[in-house]
Amino acid sequence: MNKLLFLLLALPTLAFANTALKLDHAPVNVHDHESLQRGARVFVNYCLSCHSANYMRYNRMQDIGLTEKQIKDNLLFAADKPGELMKVSMRPKEAKEWFGATPPDLTVIARSRGADYLYTYLRSFYRDDSRPTGWNNTVFDKVGMPHVLQELQGQMAPVYMTETDHEGKQHQVIERLELVKTGKLTPAEYDATVADLVNYLVWMGEPAQTQRMNIGLVVLAFLGVFFVIAFYLKKEFWKDVH
Amino acid sequence: MEKVISWLDARFPLTASFKAHLSEYYAPKNFNFWYFFGSLALLVLVLQIVTGIFLAMNYKPDGELAFASVEYIMRDVPYGWLIRYAHSTGASAFFIVVYMHMFRGLLYGSFRQPRELVWIFGMLIYLMLMAEAFMGYLLPWGQMSFWGAQVIINLFAAVPFVGNDLSTLIRGDFVVGDATLNRFFALHIVALPLVLVGLVAAHLIALHEVGSNNPDGVEIKKNKDPETHIPRDGIPFHPYYTVKDILGVVVFLMVFASVLFFAPEMGGYFLEANNFIPADPLKTPPHIAPVWYFTPYYAILRAVPPMLGSQFPGVVGMGVAVVIFFALPWLDKSPVKSIRYRGPKFKIALAFFVVAFVWLGILGVLPSTTLGTWIARTLSVVYFAFFLMMPFYTNPAKQGGPLGLWAFLAALIAAIGANVNMALASPIPYVTEVLFAVFVLSFIPMAMFIKGDTAKQEPERVTDK
Repeated sequence: MNKLLFLLLALPTLAFANTALKLDHAPVNVHDHESLQRGARVFVNYCLSCHSANYMRYNRMQDIGLTEKQIKDNLLFAADKPGELMKVSMRPKEAKEWFGATPPDLTVIARSRGADYLYTYLRSFYRDDSRPTGWNNTVFDKVGMPHVLQELQGQMAPVYMTETDHEGKQHQVIERLELVKTGKLTPAEYDATVADLVNYLVWMGEPAQTQRMNIGLVVLAFLGVFFVIAFYLKKEFWKDVH
Repeated sequence: MEKVISWLDARFPLTASFKAHLSEYYAPKNFNFWYFFGSLALLVLVLQIVTGIFLAMNYKPDGELAFASVEYIMRDVPYGWLIRYAHSTGASAFFIVVYMHMFRGLLYGSFRQPRELVWIFGMLIYLMLMAEAFMGYLLPWGQMSFWGAQVIINLFAAVPFVGNDLSTLIRGDFVVGDATLNRFFALHIVALPLVLVGLVAAHLIALHEVGSNNPDGVEIKKNKDPETHIPRDGIPFHPYYTVKDILGVVVFLMVFASVLFFAPEMGGYFLEANNFIPADPLKTPPHIAPVWYFTPYYAILRAVPPMLGSQFPGVVGMGVAVVIFFALPWLDKSPVKSIRYRGPKFKIALAFFVVAFVWLGILGVLPSTTLGTWIARTLSVVYFAFFLMMPFYTNPAKQGGPLGLWAFLAALIAAIGANVNMALASPIPYVTEVLFAVFVLSFIPMAMFIKGDTAKQEPERVTDK
């Protein structure tokens, strides 16, 4: 047990080595309903076939300006009623056989990974024939997930450069990715689509967040007024203390 | 109304209690900023209990359901997010308020005779609060909940002979699991809150027995009006301090609401990102950091090197770092209480202590590195030196240190020596050497601590309003 403890205490040291990842800034705006709706469509069409969002109900999308009928007609592929959770029909056991790992639930993925990570990750797939799926990712090396959005983005291939490490050894590292086969979208359009999707994921991570900020403003305004009253109340009571 | 009150008074000391603890409890009139935090701690306690009750109505203490039930609270329970964030922000706020409250005690000597018991009850509250926070942190059943609990419970396994049995007893299983979650839930929502409320009552009763200290550290009860028997520097707690504390409460709530409504995760310090991944016993997160309020002690734990292949010394170091606060009333030998009338040595020592505590806290959040470890070792020495050297540097009668002090200084030099060796043995950038030089220099003032401190004459009455 001492060894386990030692291992746990030492783990952070080991992990520190590979944390330097440069992430692109995700243009998130959870007040932009149109972007959220576009993101929801991409999410339902591309992500939800393998990934679940087990804590999210379809009808919560009414918060981003969709009517229940719109949700029912356009987004309800894997469920019968809008009040249902966004479950996935694929069985976890099969998923594990296909991808090597069960695709994680995405309800709160933006809260654990962060928007910038997701934004960069979804734009960093490249062809790698050494992988079982034929795909790899510069942000998530040896990822089990194939490039689901390739029909939109097209195919990227790595451009290598030579780097010398502090011991003087030379390594081939990926400098950048290059589009080798175009998809349905231009690179700018693809970036915008991923931005919408990430925006949706951030919103889905906490659907109450817009309400939270609105209530917060009211609460702070109330406390501001209360402060003035409390200040003069205290002053009045304390004027005879010398 | 009067009839009702007299009916009640004949059967229960309602008016008498109100007078004894509020309208005729005389508090010094010169309380400053630091004196808000006691009443704020009480407010946060009530907030945690109330929000906790509503959370418990919807939470499921079950390894299969716990994570989902928290998300259910966040999404489907009306204003569930508000209750949950109030509780999670409240946990961190509790520690901020309590640390400020304890620092006030250090500044003005509030732990000194005759308030030793007030201090001890307060320290017990702090200990219970740590246990309460630790157990509560398991309940969301995220990765940090699980692995944080795993690391901390394994600390008990480092106890010689009975360690493994002890940690199994705490977990209720050989690994952290459903049994652990259930017992932590029971302890978190029933046992520890009961103990906490009882201790808070004891803390207040003891305080009202001896009376409040103040920034001047003078006893207001020594100077009473001969006719009314009211302390000349005292004012009734109600209405003076009730209206003043309302002001404090409003300002506190503004800060609290700013975090709750606009940054409930507080950049990952109040709610950690990894805790939004459900607990997975098969997947160890790359970096396990406790929540910020435990990190100074966690840094001390990591700073103590394993001896004879056992982590136990580190565990002892961490435990002693917390428990040593209990000894403060007997370590401080100064003739005065307040920092206002103490000499420079106490002020320097306190400044060192605060820097060490905060810096250890920062190091405890970060992954451990060679540089971090030896800074933490040096800071740990400073941390303990604050307490262990206190009987010497606070006592004006001390002329030249006794044997124990010299032994301590030798240990200090040995610790620095060990750090130098570490620093030289490993490839560390230039910045390390600069930092190290700063550290070594910072110990030089310690040498003058061999002689006791000077103290100014305390005034008879409090000096300001």
